[in-house]
Amino acid sequence: MARAAVLGRLNWLVGQLADVREETATARTLILDVPGWPGHLPGQHVDVRLTAEDGYSTERSYSIASAPDGSRLELTIQRLEDGEVSPYLTMVLSRRDPLELRGPIGGYFAWRPADSRPVLLIGGGSGVVPLMAMVRTRIASGGTAPMRLIYSTRSPDTLLYAAELERIAAGHADLDVDVVYTRAGPPDWAGRVGRLDARQLRELAGQHAADTQCFVCGPTGFVESVARLLIGQGIEAQQIRTERFGPSGGTA
Amino acid sequence: MSETWTDGNSLGGPLRDVFSVDVTAAVGRCGGCGNTGPLAEGRVFGPSPGLILRCPRCGQPLLRMARGSGRTWLDLRGLEFIEFISPE
Repeated sequence: MARAAVLGRLNWLVGQLADVREETATARTLILDVPGWPGHLPGQHVDVRLTAEDGYSTERSYSIASAPDGSRLELTIQRLEDGEVSPYLTMVLSRRDPLELRGPIGGYFAWRPADSRPVLLIGGGSGVVPLMAMVRTRIASGGTAPMRLIYSTRSPDTLLYAAELERIAAGHADLDVDVVYTRAGPPDWAGRVGRLDARQLRELAGQHAADTQCFVCGPTGFVESVARLLIGQGIEAQQIRTERFGPSGGTA
Repeated sequence: MSETWTDGNSLGGPLRDVFSVDVTAAVGRCGGCGNTGPLAEGRVFGPSPGLILRCPRCGQPLLRMARGSGRTWLDLRGLEFIEFISPE
């Protein structure tokens, strides 16, 4: 087992918004330049701190979407209509604005690119974000781990990274991408529409290798249901790592 | 009980203010039901008046953390032990 690293002090850094990418009507990717960024593992997150003029401050955790790339960092933010932070990040924050953040954080829900074991990634809604970082890192690092992403989303309107996922699926023999639509598929969609169930998971994921690592991320109900399905298909609990957000937090 | 919560992964930042290793990846045993697993798998409520990590199985508070006035209070009563992988 890998030794734990002694970590230095986690300092707040000031990033600058370099660019934005609109992903869907309610999700935006913030492309940040963060001087002093120490690098990260895919799956890790940052804490973002917003401070009002009267001194009130609040923090939120956001998964990193990008592969390590110097001082560049991408966060994909899903806007929650009743949210305190996400409306600001997706609608107000503008190019060249500063943003206070610290990271990388989290050694549990993280994938190490030197690890060659097969990887099964299952994401619901914006839970795909840290998994996308793993896919991107797998490609950027030229790793050899066979990887499959199963991404559950409501409809084509809520699908993040659509064009990039299509390119990845077409261009990499040992990197598979399957989208599961829970409410409506694209107009020419021949596949099934509905929540991921045991049969569909078996069809998509095929035979699991004994050493497959599973990363599952999404709203709580989604993660718990998928974890149960995986265990029902003979995956050991220790092979499954999860990250969940609150009951109203996603679009799975 | 709060209606909104995230999981133990989100405690990584606040706990790094206190510990020099990642505590969320450490394994803890619940003093209530004996459930043993990574603290990242617990459920987090908060942030006001403090952050509370609850056992994913029985709901008992495992860890409570409050911050303010330049101090941090940490209550680990709900945990029987925490197992860390020793650092290099």
